[in-house]
Amino acid sequence: MAIESDVLVIGGGLAGTMAALSAAHEGANVRLTSYKQSTLRMATGLVDVLGYVDGEGPVADPFDAMDRLHAGHPYRVLGEATVRDGLALFDDSVPGYRGGHTDANALVPTHGGTVKPTARYPASVAPGVASAGGDLLLVGFETVTDFDAPLAASHLEAAGVPFGVDGVTMSFPGDLRDDAKVTRYAQALDEDERVTGGGRRIGTRQDLAERVKAKLEGHERIGFPALLGEENHDDVRADLARYLDVPVFEIPMGPPSLPGMRLEDRLFAALDASGASIDSGNPVVDYEADGDGRVDSVILDRNGSRVPYYADQFVLATGGLVGKGIESNRGGVREPIFDCHVPHPADRYDWFEDGVFDDHEFARFGVDVGRELRPREASGDPAFDNLRAAGSVVGGYDLAAEKSGAGVSIATGYEAGRRAAAEVHQ
Amino acid sequence: MSDANTTDETTFDAGESGPDEEFEPVQVFPEAEEMDLRPGADSCYKCSTCDTNCPVAEVDDDFPGPKFQGPEQWRLKQTDEDYDVDDSVTKCSNCMRCDSSCPSDVPLSQMHNTARGEYVREQQSKTSVEYWRNRILANYRTSSWLASYVPRLANAAMNFGPARWVMEKTMGVTSEREFPAFATETFREWWAARGGAETSRERARRARVERGVAAADGGDRVSDEDPTDRKIAYFHGCYANYNTPEVGKALVRVFEQFGYEVVVPEQGCSGTPMFANGMLDDARRHAETTVPSLSALVEEGYDAVCSCTSCSMALRQEYPELFDYDGVDEVAANTYEAVEYLRINEDLSGALSGVEVEYPDLSYHAPCHARNQGLHRQAVELFRDLEGVTVTDVGDSCSGISGTYGWKDDRYDVSMAIGEEMFEHMEAAEGTTGLTECPTCAMQMEHGTGYEIRHPLQVLETALVDA
Repeated sequence: MAIESDVLVIGGGLAGTMAALSAAHEGANVRLTSYKQSTLRMATGLVDVLGYVDGEGPVADPFDAMDRLHAGHPYRVLGEATVRDGLALFDDSVPGYRGGHTDANALVPTHGGTVKPTARYPASVAPGVASAGGDLLLVGFETVTDFDAPLAASHLEAAGVPFGVDGVTMSFPGDLRDDAKVTRYAQALDEDERVTGGGRRIGTRQDLAERVKAKLEGHERIGFPALLGEENHDDVRADLARYLDVPVFEIPMGPPSLPGMRLEDRLFAALDASGASIDSGNPVVDYEADGDGRVDSVILDRNGSRVPYYADQFVLATGGLVGKGIESNRGGVREPIFDCHVPHPADRYDWFEDGVFDDHEFARFGVDVGRELRPREASGDPAFDNLRAAGSVVGGYDLAAEKSGAGVSIATGYEAGRRAAAEVHQ
Repeated sequence: MSDANTTDETTFDAGESGPDEEFEPVQVFPEAEEMDLRPGADSCYKCSTCDTNCPVAEVDDDFPGPKFQGPEQWRLKQTDEDYDVDDSVTKCSNCMRCDSSCPSDVPLSQMHNTARGEYVREQQSKTSVEYWRNRILANYRTSSWLASYVPRLANAAMNFGPARWVMEKTMGVTSEREFPAFATETFREWWAARGGAETSRERARRARVERGVAAADGGDRVSDEDPTDRKIAYFHGCYANYNTPEVGKALVRVFEQFGYEVVVPEQGCSGTPMFANGMLDDARRHAETTVPSLSALVEEGYDAVCSCTSCSMALRQEYPELFDYDGVDEVAANTYEAVEYLRINEDLSGALSGVEVEYPDLSYHAPCHARNQGLHRQAVELFRDLEGVTVTDVGDSCSGISGTYGWKDDRYDVSMAIGEEMFEHMEAAEGTTGLTECPTCAMQMEHGTGYEIRHPLQVLETALVDA
């Protein structure tokens, strides 16, 4: 019994890192294990709490709107105070985020030209939120095909935002290959690589600013796709804003996402500072129980060798259908590690509706938990005394339709970690 | 297999099957001669996470990245019979970071190894300087085996300026690097002189009695028959044998201290440098020595233990992915990195608690292959509470050398550009001694900073054996 901890968290996404942080803050000895690199790299870096209820919204205040959710929704099960406590832990742990000054949602422009209601957002996004006001210029690049600035601008205008929006497309300074990754653009700005601009050798930042300045025409803030640096991204934005003399912001993009990577870095740095152990590269495939309703260890598969990780308390934060924490096939829907009960209709034709954006049953698939966050059997009894679940492996909510994914992960992660640690101390 | 020679197993009788019958899967396709990488290619949803993790793509704008080298190139090959493997596959350093980044389980490094093997076999000229340069670098074991007979002469000759100039001009081996010194006594020579397995058995037995394990587990009986099967087969690889026998010795002493009997079986090169150069036949030849030797020991209850993270990577992942002969899976499932093995089976943190050592402050670099096995934080977390030594993790960048990669004159600059971040972090950290599990990362760390580099097993030896 050598690899051992008080609390073992399975999963390295937002819910897993929050559960580990929360348990570590309570004084537990914590280990987090994740199969692959954190999926936070896929995330926008925005932290939404609740944007829509029953298809209506965007809601102005997510906390006011929680009452309108169905009684089995994780927010209703946990209660508003727990959601607030979870956000407070996030705010304390992750530097460089904004939005904590108010309960109200901010409306953040997306790369598709919609606005997303969100509770917390990176500082790099702040000047772009709708309430900041001022005419917007969106700048896209010919080779960054995920973001069509003029199209996004016209979508935003059509959505009725109370300010002017224009979009321009230009080429990026220097000579990057046509299919360069967002990280390559970020690196060029991070290192301010020398390029030829206007016949002179100047830095990438200055060259970019000069190209945009020619199109500025009285716009009061400028949005770029989220590639404004990685290591030195505060400097990159500050330099651009200085050259242009207007605020500069980022528009969150699809994967791989720099704001997601920055969030990952900050969460893992906080976890490291908390003294937690972190492990990745091998999947948890099985568990061993002690016959007394408790999980004794989980089994990691290391290229065929089965390595037990022992703990007093376990937190399951392996993600939903996309993250592979929940699996489905023609026969049914299951949680693959502990085989926890996942409520779902017997007839798989009842799992979905015909329209893409209809109210699908599958979107709410996940383990069934109560206030204690213990996955429950069909009978309603906890599957194991020392197993809790957090994040999208938990069922009962539709994160895509509600825009509630990050908030539920933070609240359930916080609470599962806190309760696990409290039980260790008993 | 065509439709005409359908065997009995695949005969389908419609009369016996109906909607209520259990679904019985049948083998529709014949046993493939070649690896079927289709499921891997199909699992790729083109999120590009691998590309943003690739250390070569980060510094070389002409390198198209792992997504192209793996799934995309595989698909191109299926639709166009005349498709040649793109020569950019030789720019891949086989760091295997793409594997650990993929959220969809695509076997990227397996696809790269396969494509590179095909490129070398079918497209690369066997009379080219590049082929022979790569072949000689990949077969490092052969050169070091020769050199080990005359280590002092070899050390002088290999770093003799004019000879190195000639090597660069004629062979394309960079003269920027100093060849690693060959030990005057190889690990195996030391091991034999020490009395081999006999001596180890006796030392381990005494340690078990001292620790009380033999007595505790066998009642009041203190005997040779330790029920916990404390025996390991040490796969030292080439480097610990010819260049850094002190690492091998540390392993032996630490394991004996915990009561493990060590054997040092017959073995070839792990194949790591051969995979990276597309020399799959050479790798297979060495594996044909190693696998039977280790699998016989595994059957007797031994576990295989490596001190080099690339060796353990090859045995546990690349062998079963690329070779399919008897015992390959059993060896893979019973192979461990040395410190990992102790963490799993012994209370290593407990053994270190309360121990105080005198040791220089260390800058730890996690090798990419250690990362792939989930070992990249092991040393830092283990030594975090060890009194008397401070270990600083110098970050998650790649060292850039990737075995033979950084020895090629046309790859040297890329290798150093990749390593730049690690060098900077090492310079910024306290202390002027490096720490890593991988011998070639150690080479690069030393080359970039001038630091002396240690292996975690040496720290354990100081803390547990010397103390």
